[in-house]
Amino acid sequence: MEPLLEILTDNARTSNETIAQMLGQPVEAVAARIRQLEDEKIILGYKALVDAEKAEAERVRAVIEVKITPERDGGFNRIANRIARYDEVHSCHLMSGSYDLLVVVDGKDLKDVAQFVSGKLSTIQGVLSTATHFMLKSYKEQGTVIGVDETPERLKVSP
Amino acid sequence: MKTNPVPRNPVAEHVQRIPRSGIRDFFEIVQSMTDVVSLGIGEPDFVTPWHIREAAIYSLEQGRTGYTSNLGAPKLRKAIARYVATHFGVSYDPANEVIVTVGVSEAIDIAIRAILNPGDEVLYHEPCYVSYNPSIVLAHGKPVRISTSAENGFALKAADVRRAITPRTRALMLNFPTNPTGAVLPRSDQEEIAEVCIEHDLVVLTDEIYSELTYEGQHETIASLPGMRERTIFLHGFSKAFAMTGWRIGYACAPAGLTEAMMRIHQYSMLCASIMSQEAALEALEHGREPMLAMREQYLRRRNFLTHQFHEMGLSCAVPKGAFYLFPSIAPTGLTSREFALRLLEEEKVAVVPGDAFGPGGEGFVRCSYATGMDQIETAAARIRAFVGRLRVPATV
Ligand SMILES: Cc1ncc(COP(=O)(O)O)c(C=O)c1O
Repeated sequence: MEPLLEILTDNARTSNETIAQMLGQPVEAVAARIRQLEDEKIILGYKALVDAEKAEAERVRAVIEVKITPERDGGFNRIANRIARYDEVHSCHLMSGSYDLLVVVDGKDLKDVAQFVSGKLSTIQGVLSTATHFMLKSYKEQGTVIGVDETPERLKVSP
Repeated sequence: MKTNPVPRNPVAEHVQRIPRSGIRDFFEIVQSMTDVVSLGIGEPDFVTPWHIREAAIYSLEQGRTGYTSNLGAPKLRKAIARYVATHFGVSYDPANEVIVTVGVSEAIDIAIRAILNPGDEVLYHEPCYVSYNPSIVLAHGKPVRISTSAENGFALKAADVRRAITPRTRALMLNFPTNPTGAVLPRSDQEEIAEVCIEHDLVVLTDEIYSELTYEGQHETIASLPGMRERTIFLHGFSKAFAMTGWRIGYACAPAGLTEAMMRIHQYSMLCASIMSQEAALEALEHGREPMLAMREQYLRRRNFLTHQFHEMGLSCAVPKGAFYLFPSIAPTGLTSREFALRLLEEEKVAVVPGDAFGPGGEGFVRCSYATGMDQIETAAARIRAFVGRLRVPATV
């Protein structure tokens, strides 16, 4: 990955000036490149990484294994796209192995998710079966370990 | 009435002669303050990569809690020999030319003690790491400093080495990349220095602890020059590149005779390095390269940022080519290193280390470590800028 993207994926709030100085580039060049990455939809967005439990967000998340019938033209894409466009769907991936799509769904509560699965997801034509697993607790999210403070205690001055 | 005889000083004379470390003094002031942003830290801010910690945990689970061979666990010595051959181009026999030590600190100590007769002179370049001078004094040797200068990028010049040599000169200590200057030693200078060392039959102690943290060009060791392997003690460790300071693990590689001499001291004073740390070090050598390179990349970006900031402040500063220190000149402020560091601490709560802590040649400079998170570095830079702004430094750029 290009260094600019590494810096932003590590901390999306790093200012253009700081990035420019870190990479030894003019700030205009950095700004232009970021705009280009955004235009090309290589950078899809900037979102805060939130510990939902601490934020007391009322939310349940489920991981759903979905089996679908591939179509003659387009394979899995058309159905996958249809599923992905629901607001309830947090992410959706085509998988190798014993099922086809891995769909992560957010809801207010268990009932909410269950309704989405039975009322919407499984009624889509081409969806053969679903298996729903509710997430109980998160230990690591997008590379960040949750609940363990790893800022080491260092001496303030050392040789 | 009997008067008490004046008790004699129970402390050995050569120990009395060792000055208090300038860093310790400063440390105590900083430690007593709160909310300090510190660029004064000479160790990585990264925690040891998890795979290394996990390997140590596993070895404890396996019950590996005993002594190892004095020289260190054979599998670790083999891995060290492979690593040094691959990355430094020098071959050592793991059976009798590699010794695992308690950090490079111990390696420096036993190397010096192994080679010095009382009164022997040891040359070292200054500004330098704080332990060299006292380590020589403790071994009853005579430290002889060679000053390096900002004009030469703090590299050591063969002519200066030659000038410092007397009939009592026994050894030359090198540390490139250098703590505190970040200097590297170009190959051409290495060659000229090697020539002088061969001519005067000097032993070279090369402290390579920052060698992986080289940002421009490939690091090369003086040990790989013709005629140098047989007179060089190659000192290296895991503290900096692999973020393993607290594990206290390092090593020395040298021809069998010198290794045997170091081993004689080590076997009685240390017995062996901690087995847990040896297990971790093995993991670092076998699987630690990628995480290490990722950390280096972070240091590089921080270095670029901080160097840029100092240039904008009008404090001239060579772009350090290695280690994780910036050594800007604070001469334009009209303050001494100590005044600068103390006032910066009091007025802006930023800790940097006064350059004279690394020898008199460091006066006029401060050491700023960028082994700290970007957010801290940004805060520190903004505060230093405010401080320097109040001193009204004439702009040089
Ligand atoms: C140049 C130099 N040598 C040796 C050491 C000590 O290293 P170790 O932790 O391996 O004892 C340091 C630590 O700051 C250093 O900067």
